[in-house]
Amino acid sequence: MSPKTLYDKIWDAHVVHESDDGTCLLYIDRHLVHEVTSPQAFEGLRMAGRTVRAPEKTIAVPDHNVPTDPTRLQGIRDEMSRIQVDTLRQNAKDFGVEMYDVDDVRQGIVHIIGPEQGWTQPGMTIVCGDSHTATHGAFGALAHGIGTSEVEHVLATQTLIQKKSKNMLVRVEGELAPGVTAKDITLTIIGRTGTAGGTGHVIEYAGSAIRALSMEGRMTVCNMAIEGGARAGLIAPDEKTYAYVKGRPHAPSDADWDKAVEYWESLKSDEGAQYDRIVEIDASEIAPVVTWGTSPEDVLPITAAVPSPDDFAGGKVAAAKRSLDYMGLTPGQKLSDIEIDTVFIGSCTNGRIEDLREVAKIMEGRRVKDGIRAMIVPGSGLVRAMAEEEGIAAKLQEAGFEWRMAGCSMCLGMNPDQLSPGERCASTSNRNFEGRQGYKGRTHLMSPAMAAAAAVTGRLTDVRDLA
Amino acid sequence: MEKFEKLTGIAAPMPMVNIDTDMIIPKQFLKTIKRTGLGVNLFDEMRYDRDGNEVPDFVLNQPAYRDAEILVAGDNFGCGSSREHAPWAIKDFGIRCVIAPSFADIFFNNCFKNGILPIALPQEQVDLLTRDAEKGANARMTVDLENQVITTSDGDTISFDVDPFRKHCLMNGLDDIGLTLEQAPAIDGFEGRLAAERPWL
Ligand code: SF4
Repeated sequence: MSPKTLYDKIWDAHVVHESDDGTCLLYIDRHLVHEVTSPQAFEGLRMAGRTVRAPEKTIAVPDHNVPTDPTRLQGIRDEMSRIQVDTLRQNAKDFGVEMYDVDDVRQGIVHIIGPEQGWTQPGMTIVCGDSHTATHGAFGALAHGIGTSEVEHVLATQTLIQKKSKNMLVRVEGELAPGVTAKDITLTIIGRTGTAGGTGHVIEYAGSAIRALSMEGRMTVCNMAIEGGARAGLIAPDEKTYAYVKGRPHAPSDADWDKAVEYWESLKSDEGAQYDRIVEIDASEIAPVVTWGTSPEDVLPITAAVPSPDDFAGGKVAAAKRSLDYMGLTPGQKLSDIEIDTVFIGSCTNGRIEDLREVAKIMEGRRVKDGIRAMIVPGSGLVRAMAEEEGIAAKLQEAGFEWRMAGCSMCLGMNPDQLSPGERCASTSNRNFEGRQGYKGRTHLMSPAMAAAAAVTGRLTDVRDLA
Repeated sequence: MEKFEKLTGIAAPMPMVNIDTDMIIPKQFLKTIKRTGLGVNLFDEMRYDRDGNEVPDFVLNQPAYRDAEILVAGDNFGCGSSREHAPWAIKDFGIRCVIAPSFADIFFNNCFKNGILPIALPQEQVDLLTRDAEKGANARMTVDLENQVITTSDGDTISFDVDPFRKHCLMNGLDDIGLTLEQAPAIDGFEGRLAAERPWL
């Protein structure tokens, strides 16, 4: 048998049927559903008189447009948002799907609660009507975003019509310098390969720097595979993965656990497996980075200056010009001189407990600068509870942060948490598109540590300078 | 699903790279629970100013392109989120075909599921079509899916690739779910094997 990549193995284990032209019917092990991309799918089922084939393999959670202030428990004020959440609740009930509702401590961002509940496991195929489903790839699961028609297709058939992608390997070898985190790795990769660099591929992240990351760090890396153009990112499971999954509510137990681990052990790329594209990165060269423009590929070390459109070629010249104009930046200006108004800590990229601990560590003995609005939105109710128990929540509030309820929040500003026109945000989320965090809002993406440093000084700041 | 066979219509030029899904349909319009009615908000933040007035320069606001049925765009069209609201908005506006040098994967897939034909062509050919589109409303382009040929207003022809299965579905307006449900016995068989081999699932 010819050597296989991790992606080949998971793919092959899920093919129900393959047509002559290579189109496959792929079995889906887990389906995550949220309020924004599912109503039309359930509507479609109803109209065609169809049912959900495997409700026990499906969970529903409202996250995208739930408000994050505690008054949400008295009802969501925005009518459209309320209708979407009510619709999800009704659909979950009608079709027999488990839902973590707004008042459930397990509620949170769909990609945070999947792993948290042990719902995400190695070797699975996982889909969700949201592009950051790639996050679950950190467990060695083939996980990707789908559109609403596909949500309907999975609900009705527990399968997806797919063609196989190509294999891409991103190998990050070596040790990270102090102050450099998983977010810097993933942003640096996108800066290197561009937002279309992974198009048509599934990326496997490997190398000693990836192995050295915690599961949460690995999730941060895989989360942004989509910003690099790939539908999915993968990391081979190992002892850290098993330890993370073990004992969680939906994890296998007893004899099943041993069988599962035995299978998971086989989930690594074989020696000599072929990749269509390989990118090598030296971990020791990665610096703490920030984005300066309106595409996630607009990445530079914090020590650099704002580039000039002339530094680019082709269509990127006009794009850079438009970005700089939108972002209100001048070529040559030092990145560390850029002043901010808002700090957002949260999202499925960096809304987990380790991220909050990291922020708390930086804030030790420091305060949010006067006049800066700084908010922390835990990725789930359980992350929030954990941070409260550990005393982090109280410390961060004392330091000047707002402490919110769980949800997507200002990652995409569908709820009331939005930037005003011209406002500039140091954000731990994953997208800096025009208007992403609010109409005419300006987003700089960075790690939680860097966002905390920006909260302290009121400008983009090299976290290593805070010492 | 609406069939796509042959389309002759006005093409709007939009030679911008990385047109993302937030530009195509900003998130404030994702709160609908229906598939229709999004066309008025297609490209909302470029098309209207803060007070809701049309921005006259924007291509789809120009008299020549208000009824465009084809869009000729730059590299990496549709990057960003998986929101199917993007193709819904495009379709609801009346655009049935998008031509660009490359597309983001999810958007590309979503188009086929909504009766929209996305065509990826080399940059030079897209440039040629952009110039043709720039001629305005009299320059009608024809996209013939059966023969996989685009004909410009000057009669130049460009052939394009399309996946045979997707072509078949698009030309016959076939619904994926109905097709898949015909394979229910294969799915049952797979689930049986899964229960035996990976019981923890
Ligand atoms: S946190 Fe942001 S990126 Fe993640 S699922 Fe929510 S909106 Fe999408």
